[in-house]
Amino acid sequence: MIQGTLAVYYRELLILRRRLSRLVPSWAVSPLLYLIAFGYAMGKHVTIDGHTYMEFLIPGLIAMSSMTQAFAISGEINIARFYWHIFEEIQAAPVSDFSYVLGEVLAGMTRAFLAITVILGLGLLFGVVLSCNAWFWLAVFLNSFVFASLAVGLAMLVKSHADQAMVTSFVITPMAFLGGTFFPVENFPFWAQKIINLLPLTHASTAIRTASYGQTPSLFSFIILGVTGGVFFYISVLCVKKAKD
Amino acid sequence: MIKIENLCKTYKTIQALNDVNLQVNKGELFAFLGPNGAGKTTTIRILTGLTRLSSGRVMLNGFNVENPGIESRRQCGLVPQSINLDQELSVFENLNIHGRLFRMNKQKRIRKIQELLDYVEMGDRKKTLVKNLSGGMKRRLMIARALLHSPAILFLDEPTVGLDAGMRRKIWALIKKTQQHGITIFLTTHYIEEAEFLADRVAFLDRGNIVVVDSPGNLINSQGTWALDRLMEDDMETIYFNDRKEANNYIAIRKDSFTLRRVNLEDSFLALTGKKVK
Ligand SMILES: Nc1ncnc2c1ncn2[C@@H]1O[C@H](COP(=O)(O)OP(=O)(O)OP(=O)(O)O)[C@@H](O)[C@H]1O
Ligand SMILES: [Mg+2]
Repeated sequence: MIQGTLAVYYRELLILRRRLSRLVPSWAVSPLLYLIAFGYAMGKHVTIDGHTYMEFLIPGLIAMSSMTQAFAISGEINIARFYWHIFEEIQAAPVSDFSYVLGEVLAGMTRAFLAITVILGLGLLFGVVLSCNAWFWLAVFLNSFVFASLAVGLAMLVKSHADQAMVTSFVITPMAFLGGTFFPVENFPFWAQKIINLLPLTHASTAIRTASYGQTPSLFSFIILGVTGGVFFYISVLCVKKAKD
Repeated sequence: MIKIENLCKTYKTIQALNDVNLQVNKGELFAFLGPNGAGKTTTIRILTGLTRLSSGRVMLNGFNVENPGIESRRQCGLVPQSINLDQELSVFENLNIHGRLFRMNKQKRIRKIQELLDYVEMGDRKKTLVKNLSGGMKRRLMIARALLHSPAILFLDEPTVGLDAGMRRKIWALIKKTQQHGITIFLTTHYIEEAEFLADRVAFLDRGNIVVVDSPGNLINSQGTWALDRLMEDDMETIYFNDRKEANNYIAIRKDSFTLRRVNLEDSFLALTGKKVK
């Protein structure tokens, strides 16, 4: 089982390495723009719970990037499946559906961790030092696990690359903006808060932010993320089975 | 080695395979010949566990393909119809991934990769990115990849489509050589001369039905030895003779223009299906 997972993971790492020189700038650009646009523009005057807006924003960006980059594995899977037909090569190999999903999820999580390192570096440039303790990394880990698992399942369900783009703009982008990344959830109307609190990203960004302020996040957030990730992972394994015609 | 019993496959409304029965022996080179859409790829995909069958039973070297365990997957090497290599990765990396997927240990992987690259005459291309290879090299790389884990059966789905005559012969030689190493080969093609040249036995497949299974030699002989083609306004008529004199006599008493040639596999295909391949 482990060997199959490692083979799938190894393949994704090779591709990631080939593209790294193009990916790193892309990981830096949008956080940089947000930091300049929101951080500088609002930074001087706004404080939230005694922290500068910059200190508030960077953990939000980390939550957002760990989500979008982990989710980006679905794009890779789709290219491999519809464009290069690599999926057949893996399906014909003695690799279980579970091992396959695990390999792809690990690849998505790796991508997320690399992207976060870039943001932490940018944060340092802007003079923001966060406390990257174990809680912080655990929250990042679970968040990327949730969205990489979701990505693999969706990649199996979509019928083309265009469908994939639609999922991203209807699911991922709205969540990126609303999930407690740019504004405190308490600023939303009460009914909206109820909905937003159901989003896994909200729990991730709250947990990451709390941890990076050096406090202990609520255990409840970790449980929500862990359970959601587990469910998504399980569904993904079923989706791989279904992808056979 | 391969045993197919009452195999049927329907995609929603399309009946792709209709009660196919077939047996391929160990060490045999078996060709599945048929026009576009006949169901060749569908058969290969079912045999290699990529597509589910609708009904029937398929056994590969004693393993049922419907519950493909690790072992049954290892029996098959597959060269699919469309190129499915990682274009952004190198030749070596592509093979290395395959070796890992098939759980070969590092030492064996490295040794077999070199051995097979030499086998397909690409030993000096290890570091080349696949996207920079020619079409013929990509095909040969796919054959090397399919053989990497030492399968008992090699499946080739239209291995020479889109290649020039020289490269096609090279691949034919490679396929023959592979058979001589004791590997059973199942290949599909819509090139008649490919089946005629390579195969020990041929099956004609037409719209999901097997029309006939026999050796190319028997199939050709059943038609006679000589064929006369007469060009008509929008088609061609062919008449068969067992002996050359008979054919010449036939020409002598007619004014039309004829071409006399030896009977080939295409003639028996035409006679059996009433139409041309492609
Ligand atoms: N995934 C699929 N979904 C629906 N129909 C399919 C699918 N794959 C194949 N078919 C249909 O099944 C029939 C057989 O197709 P198949 O690809 O097996 O033919 P083939 O003999 O390989 O043809 P070709 O020479 O063009 O490769 C065709 O009518 C095709 O349209
Ligand atoms: Mg085909």
